[in-house]
Amino acid sequence: MSNIDVTVRSVIDELACLTVSLSSLGDDDDLYDLGMSSHASVNVMLGLEDAFEVEFPDELLRMDTFRSVSAIRSALLALGVQEVQS
Amino acid sequence: MTTVAGIDAVSVSEIEAAIARFGDKYTRRVFSDGEVADSQNHPVGFATALATRFAAKEAVLKILKPDDHIPSWRMIEIRDRENGSREVVLSAYAAELAIARGVSDMSLSVSCGGGMAVAAAIGQVATSNIKTES
Repeated sequence: MSNIDVTVRSVIDELACLTVSLSSLGDDDDLYDLGMSSHASVNVMLGLEDAFEVEFPDELLRMDTFRSVSAIRSALLALGVQEVQS
Repeated sequence: MTTVAGIDAVSVSEIEAAIARFGDKYTRRVFSDGEVADSQNHPVGFATALATRFAAKEAVLKILKPDDHIPSWRMIEIRDRENGSREVVLSAYAAELAIARGVSDMSLSVSCGGGMAVAAAIGQVATSNIKTES
């Protein structure tokens, strides 16, 4: 698991208010289907910004950007976050 | 013209938690300066006033029906009128979406109680959504 995945999952665990446990969450599972509300997605976005010291520009404010762990990882890579495999 | 409606409910405690966790960063990303100022001395309290505005923004989004690209929350501004009612002011991509969808004459109703804020938006849309069978 990469540094990005570990931190993304930590932010999701704290802020997404999912109806399932983090341990059962797959990289491509739909977070909205698993209970993440619109307001929770705001919190996830802000939590990711704090954790990775980035800011999501308006063009990335799409439902798909925050739909899954893998989608969030792609967005963070596009914002220049460096991925390190552990 | 077809009448369309959107409704949303938000827990006030969710807004309080976001303010506690992210402070000004949260309010600046989600609400306009005017919305924050209007909410600061609101009789229902700051977090509840913001919660009704967030619910209203989401209710308006349900009328605008963005496919995937969501307008930034600040592009959907919920302003207080002198008579106590609220009005919707759209800007940038949110305004473009409304034009593209043929949405006009939006009106809002908001309420709060029991720790929840709710909002309903009604709008007129130029295109019909009535399905017919041939």
